[in-house]
Amino acid sequence: MEISIIALPLLASIISGGFGKFIGDRNSEIITSFLVTISAILSFVVLYDVIFNEYQDNIVIAKWISSGSLDVNWSMKIDPLSAVMLVVVTSVSSLVHIYSIGYMSHDPHKPRFMAYLSLFTFAMLMLVTSDNFIQLFFGWEGVGLCSYFLIGFWFKKDSANSAAIKAFIVNRVGDFGFALGIFLIFYLFGTVNYSEVFEQIPNIKDKNLIFLGIDINAIDLICILLFIGAMGKSAQILLHTWLPDAMEGPTPVSALIHAATMVTAGVFLVVRCSPIYEYSELALNIVTIVGMSTAFFAATIALVQTDIKKIIAYSTCSQLGYMFFAAGVGAYNVAMFHLFTHAFFKALLFLGSGSVIHAFRDEQNINNMGGVWKKLPYTYCLMIIGTLALTGFPFLSGFYSKDAIIEFAYLRGNITGLYAAGIGIITAFLTSIYSWRLIFKTFHGEYNNKNIKIEETHESPLVMLIPLFLLSIGAIFAGYTFKELFINQGTENNFWQNSIFFLEPLSTDHPPLWFLLLTPTLVLLSIPVAYYLFVKNKNLPKQIAEVNKPLYDFLLNKWYFDELYEKIFINPSKKLGLILWKFFDVRIIDGFGPDGIASFIKKCSLKANKFQSGFIYQYAFVMLVGFSALLTFLIVK
Amino acid sequence: MTEIGLGHYLTLGAVIFTIGIVGIFLNRKNIIVILMSIELILLAVNINLVSFSIYLNDLSGQVFTLFILTVAAAEAAIGLAIIVVYYRNSGTIRVEEIDKLKG
Repeated sequence: MEISIIALPLLASIISGGFGKFIGDRNSEIITSFLVTISAILSFVVLYDVIFNEYQDNIVIAKWISSGSLDVNWSMKIDPLSAVMLVVVTSVSSLVHIYSIGYMSHDPHKPRFMAYLSLFTFAMLMLVTSDNFIQLFFGWEGVGLCSYFLIGFWFKKDSANSAAIKAFIVNRVGDFGFALGIFLIFYLFGTVNYSEVFEQIPNIKDKNLIFLGIDINAIDLICILLFIGAMGKSAQILLHTWLPDAMEGPTPVSALIHAATMVTAGVFLVVRCSPIYEYSELALNIVTIVGMSTAFFAATIALVQTDIKKIIAYSTCSQLGYMFFAAGVGAYNVAMFHLFTHAFFKALLFLGSGSVIHAFRDEQNINNMGGVWKKLPYTYCLMIIGTLALTGFPFLSGFYSKDAIIEFAYLRGNITGLYAAGIGIITAFLTSIYSWRLIFKTFHGEYNNKNIKIEETHESPLVMLIPLFLLSIGAIFAGYTFKELFINQGTENNFWQNSIFFLEPLSTDHPPLWFLLLTPTLVLLSIPVAYYLFVKNKNLPKQIAEVNKPLYDFLLNKWYFDELYEKIFINPSKKLGLILWKFFDVRIIDGFGPDGIASFIKKCSLKANKFQSGFIYQYAFVMLVGFSALLTFLIVK
Repeated sequence: MTEIGLGHYLTLGAVIFTIGIVGIFLNRKNIIVILMSIELILLAVNINLVSFSIYLNDLSGQVFTLFILTVAAAEAAIGLAIIVVYYRNSGTIRVEEIDKLKG
């Protein structure tokens, strides 16, 4: 049963990808959605087993690599951590599959799309259920590949192609660190299996290594290298540039890959490696700082963006930052909790925005929307739920997870923890502002679209609304239902068992009451503020933007990260490439290689050509000379 | 007056041979001249053969000469025939203009 959770999406992908032409569009859609849904149901069964029967297992599917001391299996590790991920991945994936039937109804390449989605699900499941770093890496690259396919799904659009390549290349930067981390683990421990590696970690606590001329603690180094991989995949600051561009892909893809599942793989990696991270104060601090920087910086950018999907993409980036700093302050379970709730409300927001985009016939600029809340009542309500959950409105899922993160950061007690908590609160406020800006600009105010009339905007079909509805249930109740289970680890009944490792138990104190109330108050306050700014007094934001023109431009241009990278990395490598091409390749390799030899032979042939004059007397002369030479030679010899 | 010996005959043969060779190269006009030069070369060879045949008292040299004369006659006939046909086809037998072998 457990294996079929992984196998069914693969089967779906093979059927739809290989035989899509024969079985038709509709059948491919039904088969893939059906198989992935079964896989989702089975995942729920597994989670149920894990929660109530403390079921844990490590199923070896097949031997993969056996070379010297390297022993790697295809395996399926089931523990609380992977069970939670299984549920997140398969449930969001199945809903996205169903949603895509409606969203992609005008697309000519449906079977290919469904096959990619299923293949992605398979790769993601391989990633979360592996019991060793190599299979993890396989899944890691598999999801990266599918992400590339899906971002570039509309391959006729240039921008989609370049976004796909950008995502792929930026991820390679992260993977470079990740791969080095795995090499280092194998070098130090002679194995890549989690259980064996984690056992040996305390033994090398004081071991130092020379890396790039720097004397550094081995555990610190492993953690930092792995974290570089996680930064790439989870779009953390410095390696985040691919995520907003990835919105070129179809919206269901953004919901599945760039919000709910793939981008959380980095968080999953850090949580999975908690037995290593716990021994590295330095790495945890780095994780915290990177996480909170990302949370803050992405939220500020989201304030001024105008593309509905990019706002949500930056929001995702920001929420991933929250998860990282939760892990960084040692609250891995809270990071997982936020990952879990975030998957629901962010997928909901993305699919909701997809529904809006669908209604406006592929319009994504929120300045060209507005006033349609009566025309799109269901989408409107569901988007409101998603927004409330995202901003951490009391008693919705985001409230429990986000506040828990801020609390634990506060309770950590050291400077980075307090600092992170402060940033977390500010970011929560910013999150609320930009989310409501999105809602108000999209659904309220005057109708602003010149291309289609308001009467022509229409509510999405049922096949798109049902997944939204199911996700909204998750967005409302996931927090409340699973709060006790995920966070309460002081009690006897520890849900996480040994899948998350704490060197010292998490503090069970409670922060002061004013601190607990601070975030929800700010969140509540932000709603009227946003309403005033973006509906009542629309000139105020414009005036603010004009007064603070440099700041506004700075945010609008995404902190100039793309421009900076263009200057530092892209232009020099372009130049280097040009030199290598024009000089090294054309002049040296070709000049002395193929072209050189060819032109030399041509020259020789031209010379030899002169011998063939066609005059008989010359031929006779040559014959005679040759004959005399031969004769002379024979006589002299 | 010195007696005419083998050396004189051989010298004569060499001279005729050289005239024949030079005739092939220096001639720029007529392809028939080339044919004649070849004839000269063959004659030079014949003179050599006959001289040696007398000198060594061996008849086979003279027999060879007769054969060569026959072959030379046949060759001249065929050569002239080719030239006639060539002239009919291309309207010229000037050596400079015959360079079809160039391809």
